[in-house]
Amino acid sequence: MKKVITGNRAVAYGAKLSRVQVIAAYPITPQTTIIEYLADLCASGELKAEFIKVESEHSALAACVGASVTGARTFTATSGQGLLLMHEIIHWAAGARLPVVMAVVNRAIAPGWNIWTEQNDTLSQRDTGWMQFYTESNQEVLDTVIQAYKVAERVSLPAMVILDAFVLSHTSEIVDIPPQEMVDEYLPPYQPQYKLDVDDPKAFGGLVYPADWTELRYKIQQAHQQAIEVAREADREYGELFGRSYGLVEKYPQDEAEVILVTSGTVTSTARDVIDHWRARGQKVSLLKVRLFRPFPVEDLRRALEGAEKVAVIDRNFSFGHGGIFAQEIKSALYMNSHRPTLFSFIAGLGGRDITPATVEKVLNYTVSRDRPEEEAIWIDLKK
Amino acid sequence: METYPRPRLEPNYRLPEEELLKPGHMACPGCGASLAMRLALKALGKNTIVVIPACCWSIIAGPFPYSSLDVPLYHTAFETAGSLSSGIAAALKVLGREDVTVMAWAGDGGTFDIGLQALSGAAERNDNFIYVCYDNEAYMNTGIQRSSATPWLAWTTTTPADKPKEEPKKDIIAIMAAHRIPYVATATVGYPDDLEMKFRKAKAIKGTRFIHIFSPCPPGWRTESKDSIKLARLAVQSKVFPLLEVEHGERWRITVWPEKFVPVREYLKLQGRFRHLTDEQIEIIQRNVDQAWEKLLKLAGENVRESSPCA
Ligand SMILES: Cc1ncc(C[n+]2csc(CCOP(=O)(O)OP(=O)(O)O)c2C)c(N)n1
Ligand code: SF4
Repeated sequence: MKKVITGNRAVAYGAKLSRVQVIAAYPITPQTTIIEYLADLCASGELKAEFIKVESEHSALAACVGASVTGARTFTATSGQGLLLMHEIIHWAAGARLPVVMAVVNRAIAPGWNIWTEQNDTLSQRDTGWMQFYTESNQEVLDTVIQAYKVAERVSLPAMVILDAFVLSHTSEIVDIPPQEMVDEYLPPYQPQYKLDVDDPKAFGGLVYPADWTELRYKIQQAHQQAIEVAREADREYGELFGRSYGLVEKYPQDEAEVILVTSGTVTSTARDVIDHWRARGQKVSLLKVRLFRPFPVEDLRRALEGAEKVAVIDRNFSFGHGGIFAQEIKSALYMNSHRPTLFSFIAGLGGRDITPATVEKVLNYTVSRDRPEEEAIWIDLKK
Repeated sequence: METYPRPRLEPNYRLPEEELLKPGHMACPGCGASLAMRLALKALGKNTIVVIPACCWSIIAGPFPYSSLDVPLYHTAFETAGSLSSGIAAALKVLGREDVTVMAWAGDGGTFDIGLQALSGAAERNDNFIYVCYDNEAYMNTGIQRSSATPWLAWTTTTPADKPKEEPKKDIIAIMAAHRIPYVATATVGYPDDLEMKFRKAKAIKGTRFIHIFSPCPPGWRTESKDSIKLARLAVQSKVFPLLEVEHGERWRITVWPEKFVPVREYLKLQGRFRHLTDEQIEIIQRNVDQAWEKLLKLAGENVRESSPCA
């Protein structure tokens, strides 16, 4: 069934179709309407879930951890400050190997207050052990929530499904909502291997001595490595059933290019348009969208970027004291290649500033007109 | 408003034999908190899930992959006993396992201080679990630092004897009663039958139940291990820690009318953490205790002498 819905509604539909059993969440702009929709779905009985209206995000995620370790499929959603307040329990959920799925609407971090999109909130959770999916359209948002459960429950890791504030969260698009029976076929009920069970009492999360610690951390890393193939397979299977798949990264168009632009989130759609124009003019440029950021699909990226002479990365984020985060990550992924393209790192669209086709043009023009970048990171549209 | 009858105690009632706290746990000798757990689990039985945030009990329960409890146990972050237990209770509900009792088990730091927000949130929602605070009146796990449950003028490593704690103990019972949850109670290992009775009573009630257990701690209080039970009884007999119940924030009741009353000095003098007190200070403490007791008598009203047979 096709509907015109916002990204936030697409999140709620994704959770509903995934038959989540426990939701715990706390409102924050621009995530709020997600939990309002879910509250309605729970109140009307359309979604048979327990919705705990907690008093903070820290408690939201702690409640999800409790529900998940008891064997329920759990969901939460947040944004910016709320995500940061959860930080301790974000580590906890991953260390505890619980397949919680959380939608995060990217929002810039205060001070000053800024409710618009920027990726520093989710990227500052990079090293917590969560998987991270960045999405481009409302359809992809819905599909990715369902896929995220499939992957999370297979590898026992939590997952974030990430969407841009307002550009997706509050903007309506046509979204095909798959029938429940098909989603049920794709995503069977959650069957945890271990849980709190009075018939088989076990202790979880007690003191671990140095003698065992490294091995437990290594297992998390193994799960991440495994998750790359599991996510690829889950996406392929989804494509077979529903006719839509996205890849872990997507090269657009597929053929050889001298310059490759790397994007994540909604900037990708804008860039697709610009690339089409440049292609029409005979220029050998293309686009690489990064959908899965953790685990980082290093091999896919290497293969996709191998033939290019230059790679231009647009980061809607910044690591103070160093540079754009996707750019750094891609640089490190390419380091072992025998042929390394020249990497141009661009910072754009912070705090919700629009990234327009003209912005993308500037990025491409800068890249094609120079052999090397003049700065470590180029701040596009910076008022001087 | 629902009332909750007290479980009847038969004349020759004995505590259940079953031991759900196993030997080999890591508590200090004379630890009130470990005795309290033993008694609580006797009352609640096997169908119980325990949640323990960072506190002495994170150690007492034993390191990975061991457990001294014969029930499922979740170790959680310091301030999440309330919120994580809400999640477990919600999951048990959707999974159709409401026959299982969830018990959060936190220290005074995890309850009075860092975990108060999550506890208040859960209590306001009346989420379905028993929250227990075993109160040893300081952060013992990290080495005896003051908490807001530390009594006035007590020594801790962050309130040295030259400048002991200047603030009175936070009134957690008033705070929890103000949430109007169905059941709030105090208990102590010095009166095990009263403690066990309160857990059996709490088990039969739905919603948030709060039990505050006074738990002597020999290393933290600078006391002798052999004196823990004596101290727990003296705390009640000196009116420092009255044994009471509150239903729905309204019906207050004193459950143990001490067999004798003693001056606070008797209670204080056994403890190194109060060694520096002057006679004047002890007198002020006596006055404060007497006033608090008078206030409690007013709250309890006609229930004042409705004492449990187990006193
Ligand atoms: C967020 C956080 N801050 C601080 C700590 C360190 N810490 C662990 S236990 C503890 C004190 C616990 O005191 P209490 O709750 O009274 O229990 P007790 O140790 O006395 O049994 C502290 C400060 C922590 N684990 N987590
Ligand atoms: S320090 Fe105190 S509370 Fe902690 S285990 Fe020892 S006696 Fe028990």
